Amino acid sequence: MVGGVETIGFSELKQGMRGRVVSVDPHAPALLRLQEMGLTEGAEFLVDKVAPLGDPVEIFLRGYRLCLRKHEAVGILVEVIK
Amino acid sequence: MIATDTRLVALVGNPNAGKTSLFNALTGASQRVGNYPGVTVEKVTGHVRFEGKEFDVIDVPGLYSLQPQSADEEVAAGVVHGEPGLSQKPDLLVCVLDATNLERNLFFFSQLAEAGHPIVVALTMTDLLAKHGTPIDQARLSRLLGVDVIPVVAHKGTGIKELERAILDNLEHPMVPAFDVGLKPELDAQVDAIAERLARDAFDVERSTIRDSLSGESTELDERLAPFPELSEALEEARSSLASVPDKGCTDPASRYNWAARIRRQVLPDASLKRIRTSDRIDALLINRFTGMIVFAAVMFVVFQSIYTLAGPLMDGIGAGFEWLGDLIRPWLSGVPVLESLVIDGLLTGVGSVLTFLPQIIILFLFIAILEGTGYLARAAFLMDRLLGWCGLNGRAFIPLLSSFACAVPGIMAARVMPDPKSRLATILVSPLMSCSARLPVYILLIGAFIQPRYGALWAGVALFGMHLVGLAVAIPVVALLNRGVLKGRRLPFVLELPPYQWPKWRDVFLTVFSRAKVFVQTAGTIIVVLSLVIWFLGYFPRSEGDEERYRGEYTTLTSATRKHIEEENYIRQRQIENSFLGRIGKAIEPAFLPAGFDWRLSTTILMAFPAREVVVSSLGIIFSLGGEVDEANTDLRTAIQDARWPDGRPLMNGWTAVGFMVFFALCCQCMATLAAVKRETNSWKWPVFMFTYMTGLAYLAAVAIHQVGLLLSG
Ligand SMILES: Nc1nc2c(ncn2[C@@H]2O[C@H](COP(=O)(O)OP(=O)(O)O)[C@@H](O)[C@H]2O)c(=O)[nH]1
Ligand SMILES: [Mg+2]
Repeated sequence: MVGGVETIGFSELKQGMRGRVVSVDPHAPALLRLQEMGLTEGAEFLVDKVAPLGDPVEIFLRGYRLCLRKHEAVGILVEVIK
Repeated sequence: MIATDTRLVALVGNPNAGKTSLFNALTGASQRVGNYPGVTVEKVTGHVRFEGKEFDVIDVPGLYSLQPQSADEEVAAGVVHGEPGLSQKPDLLVCVLDATNLERNLFFFSQLAEAGHPIVVALTMTDLLAKHGTPIDQARLSRLLGVDVIPVVAHKGTGIKELERAILDNLEHPMVPAFDVGLKPELDAQVDAIAERLARDAFDVERSTIRDSLSGESTELDERLAPFPELSEALEEARSSLASVPDKGCTDPASRYNWAARIRRQVLPDASLKRIRTSDRIDALLINRFTGMIVFAAVMFVVFQSIYTLAGPLMDGIGAGFEWLGDLIRPWLSGVPVLESLVIDGLLTGVGSVLTFLPQIIILFLFIAILEGTGYLARAAFLMDRLLGWCGLNGRAFIPLLSSFACAVPGIMAARVMPDPKSRLATILVSPLMSCSARLPVYILLIGAFIQPRYGALWAGVALFGMHLVGLAVAIPVVALLNRGVLKGRRLPFVLELPPYQWPKWRDVFLTVFSRAKVFVQTAGTIIVVLSLVIWFLGYFPRSEGDEERYRGEYTTLTSATRKHIEEENYIRQRQIENSFLGRIGKAIEPAFLPAGFDWRLSTTILMAFPAREVVVSSLGIIFSLGGEVDEANTDLRTAIQDARWPDGRPLMNGWTAVGFMVFFALCCQCMATLAAVKRETNSWKWPVFMFTYMTGLAYLAAVAIHQVGLLLSG
């Protein structure tokens, strides 16, 4: 729970879910690149595809399709949008 | 034309924004490929003449951010800022913005603008937007950004003239974006407050000056306000209140994206249309668990087969062409044997071996350019990432690694598909471990001589397959160790975008293939020819007038049984090699190879194969006095190796030594073209030397280990 919102870690997302980034761990320098790609606080996205072997995942974000690895997005908390 | 007089225009933007397509449309065939000093990044420049004026253009590697996170990005950012030592400072930046991916592209623009560079925007992919029904308000975008915005479609030539005119105008009257970043609300509010406070005392100060002062980047304002304690105090107060706000600078990505989204909404309100339906439908098949994997396997099979089989006849053709050329020249030189051998065995062989790599390079890059241009390469990387990710590489590595099974040279060049320098270097360093087609003859010869006669065809097949896995199996721990120890730099998270599917743009495909081939011939080619001459020298000298007569005399003293097996010319050739520097070194290092069970004949063969392992079978032919024209299916050569003895009468090779010899060839770095390609691609001698050392060391240790185990087991 962050500010009264139900949140989950990025890696718990499933195909077809919609999410909104609630917070990004400021102490994880690796997350800077993902933020620069548009995965910033408040960004909404759709989990489009999960690769056949379970990772990486492809999300539709800010009008483009971005693939990233779940375990490299640890530290990004998202709220699932119904 | 003096270089420093020519104005320099830099094309900058996100990866895949369309910079290279635009660069090709602007510069056509006037492109030059070089390297920035000391780094692996390529420097691609060209020249434009338009309406009597001219300027240089530089295609800067794609950047997601001006805040570099890897060595390659540091170089690209350095070029943008005009850091000395990299290139001339650009007089103008053409910021290439992908209209279908506006928010992320504007994120980068905001950083460029903030750095205060003069900018012209080239808006790409507007044809895709038009096709999918969303117009973009380009006049408004130009107003909001405060710079010229020129829509271009590079492959159709649309907007190129307009862009060239805008570039010339802006070179005369540069426009720095009138751009109040105003990114962080807290900072903005404080800037407003201070501006108001100063205005009350009739101070007219620019907002950017206030912002710089508050974020601690300049003390200009502090100095001006020093005589007025009340104002200084207000400034100090504002600064300390900001100190409690995290990330008070303007670098916070979230604020930048808020700004970018605001701009995007004003010029392109309906972004949802940007989902391109056809792409989604194709992807339902191509990145699907079942059909996706089948298509992937089929595509890779076609790529690999084409390099493996299509290149073969072309390479043979080039080889035959050079032989013909040699025969043509030979009569002119036959008076001077040294010159004849230098030109034909040294120079022509060297140049010929450079050119024989071209068919494979051209075919592979043709496929890469097409796969990249259609958008499939990104999908394939998505499918394969998990498989390659666990050993520290990523999904894109399958292209270089797979092509290395045909030949490591195009494979190493293909490693440029890797997004970050660290994984690119790791891929380059293990590519030559993949079992290339030049190793096959050794396997066939030795398996035919030692495995098949004893264990049958089934085990021969298993052994052949196994030999192809040796390098792959060794590569996995090597990558893990390299990543842990040798390769410096933080690993960036893997990011990959899936662009919409498109038809490849043939001019761009052609230019990619042409420039790769040219770069290989010019840089790696030179190294290969020089090394060929060195090797020729070692194999030819020392040689004196009377040698040949002496060897002929020796030949007549051989028993007639031996003479029936060995022709006179082949005997002389064998004695000449034995007497050359190469043969002498081979004999001198024999003791080092004794633990592996190799005598001087095998160690000299190994030496002879260092320039190119292709020659190993013909080297064995020469060493075993059968002449250099034998091939791996030659039964005489097979028998000669089976029957070879140590001076004390023990057989030279048994099954174990044969496997040891094959594993040695599987792991050893015996290919100067590979080393030349690594030198070219990494722009340093450090990595080829490192590669040579680790591979040769591993090969030696493995051969020794196998022989010693063989000795133990066979008692
Ligand atoms: N439809 C369309 N495709 C484009 C345009 N510009 C570039 N492309 C394609 O987009 C892909 C990436 O372009 P490229 O020039 O390699 O991008 P770079 O990474 O910025 O150098 C290529 O497949 C190009 O053919 C454009 O204006 N319209
Ligand atoms: Mg490019």
